[in-house]
Order: sequence, then C-alpha cells, then structure tokens
Amino acid sequence: MGRRVLVTGLGSFWGGRVAQALEADPAVDVIIGLDTREPGVQLDRTEYVRVDESYSILSRIVQATQVDTVVHSFLVVDSNQVSPRQMHETNVIGTMNLFAAASQPDSRVRSVVVKSSTLVYGSTHADPVWFSEDTRRPAFPRLRVERSLLEVEGYVRDYAADNPHVAVSLLRFSNVLGEDIVTPISKALSLPLVPAVFGYDPRVQFVHEVDVVRAIMFVLAHDLGGIFNVAGDGLLPWSEVAAICGKRLAPLPPVGRKTVASALTRLGVDMPLELIELLTYGRGADNRRLKQAGFSYEHTSAGAVHAFAEAARLRSTVGRPRAYRYERDVEAFFRHSPAVVRDRGSGA
Amino acid sequence: MRTMPAEKSPGARRPRRTLVAVPRPDGDAATAPDTAPRAPGDTAAEGIGADALRLSDVDEWGRSQHLRDILARLYDPLYEHWFRVEWEGFDKLPREGGALMVANHAGAIPADAPSIMHGIERDLGRAVYGLADDVFKRIPLVNLGWSRLGGVQAHPDNAYRLLREQQQLVMVFPEGSKGPGKHYSERYQLRRFGRGGFVQIAMRAGVPIIPLAIVGNEETMPIVAKIPTLAKALGLPYAPITANMLVLGPLGALIPFPAKMRIRVLDPVHLDVPPDQPRYSRSRIMDTSEDIRHTIQEELYDMLSRRRSVWTG
Repeated sequence: MGRRVLVTGLGSFWGGRVAQALEADPAVDVIIGLDTREPGVQLDRTEYVRVDESYSILSRIVQATQVDTVVHSFLVVDSNQVSPRQMHETNVIGTMNLFAAASQPDSRVRSVVVKSSTLVYGSTHADPVWFSEDTRRPAFPRLRVERSLLEVEGYVRDYAADNPHVAVSLLRFSNVLGEDIVTPISKALSLPLVPAVFGYDPRVQFVHEVDVVRAIMFVLAHDLGGIFNVAGDGLLPWSEVAAICGKRLAPLPPVGRKTVASALTRLGVDMPLELIELLTYGRGADNRRLKQAGFSYEHTSAGAVHAFAEAARLRSTVGRPRAYRYERDVEAFFRHSPAVVRDRGSGA
Repeated sequence: MRTMPAEKSPGARRPRRTLVAVPRPDGDAATAPDTAPRAPGDTAAEGIGADALRLSDVDEWGRSQHLRDILARLYDPLYEHWFRVEWEGFDKLPREGGALMVANHAGAIPADAPSIMHGIERDLGRAVYGLADDVFKRIPLVNLGWSRLGGVQAHPDNAYRLLREQQQLVMVFPEGSKGPGKHYSERYQLRRFGRGGFVQIAMRAGVPIIPLAIVGNEETMPIVAKIPTLAKALGLPYAPITANMLVLGPLGALIPFPAKMRIRVLDPVHLDVPPDQPRYSRSRIMDTSEDIRHTIQEELYDMLSRRRSVWTG
C-alpha cells in the first residue's frame, strides 16, 4: 500500500512544488493539500482542501484521511509578507494544531517533514562562520520571524520526543534562489541597484529551489528523522552575488537598520529587517550532515546565483509565463467525474 | 620576494564591481579551500576548482589572496624599513599542518599582528588566519578590511575548522584587548591569558601551540592616558591618548613610532591529549596556559635585557 501524504501550504510556492514531486512518485497513493489560497500550479491528483490560516479543522482531516506522512511547508519566513499577528497564527498556532492532530491516539502518522529556515541561527557579529545543526546561537533572537520559527521548532522537538515511533525531520533551508521563486533577495537582485550595507560585504549562502524540493523528497524517501541544514556548498560575498547578476551596489547606512528597513518598505522596496541583518553579518550553514546521509546537491551557492541570473536575463526578454489559475469545477471534474478514465497507464 | 602574477586567466569574466575582483576561482569553500599563497609565478593553476562559477577569490573566511598580495606590496617597505622586523627561530614554524601561534600583544593600534602575518606569508609561503574579538566585526569598513586580510571571528567552531579540518596556521593573542589597552608603564608585563580557551582549542584540534615573544611593539604606539568615558561611548575596549598623538598631533593616531621589532619563535608546545574530546581537564588547561604565559614572559625579559636601543635593537 502506498503512502498517504498531507501537504500544508499547498498554495505556496513550496507546497505546489512538493505536491508535484509527490504526484510523480508512484509510491504515493494519496496527496491532500491544505491552504487558505488555491494552488498556484497545475496538479493532477492532489486533493485541495481550503482551511483557515491556523488549521483549526486539521484533526478532522487527519482522522478522515488516515494520512501517514505530513509535509509541513507552510511556515512564513519573510516578515514583510504578512502581519506579525498573522505570522504568529500561521507559524506557531498552525504548527501547534498540526501536531495536536498528528498526535491523536489513533493517528497513523509515521513521518513528518518540517520546512524551517537557517533564520533560526540569526545573523550577528558574534556568529561563527558556519552553523552546524547543534551550534548554539551566540545572541538572543531579537527578530520576530526568528523567534516565531524558534517557537515552531520547539513544538517540533516536543512532538519528536513524545512520538519516538515517528520519523520527524526538521529541515533548515538557507536563502533560496533559482529560476522561479520570488523572495526579498531575488527582488533585491532584480532592482537596478542592489542594496548593500555600507562598510560591510558579508558572505552569504544560497540553495537552489530544485535542491529544496529534492531535499524534502530525500528525507521522506529515507524517513531520516533529525535536524538538517539544507544549503549549497560555499559562501560568496554579497558584492560578488550582485556582480554575477550584473548589478551595481547601492549602499545603505550601516546604522538604524530598523528605520532603514521600514523606510525602504514604504518606498516599495521589499527589505525586511532580517535581510538587512543578513547583508551586514552574513550566515553560513554547515551542510555536511545531510550529505553524510547520502544527499547530493545539484547546485552550489554560486550555481544557484548563476541560475537565478540566467533566468532573470531570459525573463527580461520573453517575460514571465502566464500563471496557472485554479478552477474548482474543472479540478473536481478531472478527479471525481465517472466520465474520466483515471486508471490509464497505471499498469495492470 | 615573491612577484605578483600580473596576467589574468583568459575567459574569466570580469565582474563589474566587486570589492575584490580576481578571475581566480578558488577551491570549493565548503570542502577544503586552497588558500595557501601561490608559489612564485604560479598562475597555471588558475581556473581549476570545484566551483568555477565564482568570480572572486574570497574564501569561506572572507580572506582574499589577491587583496593580501596588494597589501603585501604596500606593507613590505614598512616591515623592512620602518619596523625592521627581525625573526629568531623562524625555522620552528611548521611548513605544513595546523598550528596555533600565540603571542604577546601591545601598542594602541598593535603593529604585531600585521608583522607576524606579513612575515610568515612572505617567507614561509603559508596563509595566516588571525582570530580576533568581535569588535572588528561591528565597525563598518574595518570588519571588511580585517576579514579580507585574514581576520576571523574568535569563535571556537571557527578555530576548530581552521586548525583541525583545514590544517591552517592560526594566530591568536590570548591577552585580548587587555594587552594593547595597557598603560606604557606596564609595558612587557603580560596580562591574564583569558580563560585558557586557546589551549582547549589546540587540544581539541590536536595541533601544537607555538608561542611567539615580540619586542618593540610596545614602543610603536605607547599609551600615556586613557579616556574610559569615550571608550564607553564609542563601544570600544579602550580609547587611548598615545605618545604619538602628543608628538605628531592628530596624525599620531595612525602613525606608529619606528621601534625595532624582534619576533622570537619559541619551541612548539605539543599537548599530550587525544583530540576531539568533548571536554578537557580544567586544571590541565589552566596549567598549560599559565606555563605558556610564563615562558613568553621569561623570553621577553631575556630579549629586553639584550636590547641596547629601542630604535636600533
């Protein structure tokens, strides 16, 4: 019998990508995707369920569908994306509800993957160059998004301790770049002048969007369990990142980061505070633990930047492809109408 | 002296504006970067590296060999003709393998660190990484220069990776800012060697400690008074008034006196413990730290008793 997988945040970039990868895997029988928004990519057999932001009906869904695998890809890691209150609802309350549902006595959940971020390490002057999964961060977390993710990780650890029969994998992803994803960093690198903090040129690390999905599928396939950094090989200075994208730097004042962040945001430049901190002190995540488990990256940090730069050059000529639009009736027809022949090619 | 490789490798794209623009892709930073200074005229190795997509040669620690080469040309006259640095026992420095060098630290803006790094990189052909307090990382531009020239945040994880995994030559001043921050009347009196963290790191990394005794650095920029309130306001460990300022005016804040600098390399201390232990005996650490401090202090007295002149040695 194949796997029954629940994906949170189906409408997000990652939820959609993970669901597509799961659909391609013949070992997966059922895929259920939850989100407040409709899926942004075309999916063939994933069942979409609309939920509220904190997943209050989750226990009913887990019970009804008897899922054995949960991919929690719905964490907000960008503080400009939503309001602080909404971030708390989604990250902390949403995770709490998810684990409450997954730890019901009759739960069949045996594998959980949580997509966290290397933001939990912070970015300060006292940091080591490389953070391993066990490195204690030297400074108290001051940023809201960092505290929110740390709280989420606390729930993950509690759940893993209480449910030793479940393989709980906590993946901490570095800054993602690639052909398609839009993040504050990709937006900054698309500006005519790339913001940089005056007097600093920190080393930053990237992971390619393809490697993110591959890492999630890898830990699922091997039921690894544990904490893993997911980040490309190598660190490169921010000035070099801008140079690869063919951009010049525009210096920001090195003081009053909070004021600078909110002023830029008001001007329409998406510059969350955590990005300014990153552009001041940088951050490196040691990726050796996941490599030792057998994972191999397709892209290095520099490779991810090159992939982004090439895609940006292509887009500047041909534009973005037309976005997919979810139509409830159409999707329901393909999935449930008796008129559709669904067993094609499944090989008797 | 080594010559600067002038030619650029063909085919490498020139970045439009990096702070360090060199078409020399370095080794993959997450594994083992080839950071050793190049042999004379060695430009053929360019272009070979796991990550050929890199545009600059800034390694994972932020060090750039290209920038160091530029600095070496600027600093060499100062090293040769201003401080007239002289080494004793230079051959005790290892040609390969990790080692932790510890030295006495002095002068309001210490001239010892650049002299040690320049001398070793020039004459031994090895990169030197200097571990320092996070003060360097908090000041704009200073942090950038410091890290491009081989400075690394003094975090145990950084030291371990440099020494154990990459077998690099690392330098540390265990006195910290208490060494350079002391009054001229206390010259050549070693401060406390921190909490012996450098011994613990060397034990964990399984590398020898090489003590260095330096004479002359105290006189390059003697502190005659300190302004604690200013230091506090600026967030610096100390804000001195130096003799240089009294003699040269505001320029004295940057210009050191041409004291003769002598660096004596002492016998390497091999720590007879297995590496990679989670913990080492506290008493063993403190004893070794105190022994090394004592040895350096004795050598300093010996060197001072032989010194006829501050300026000519």
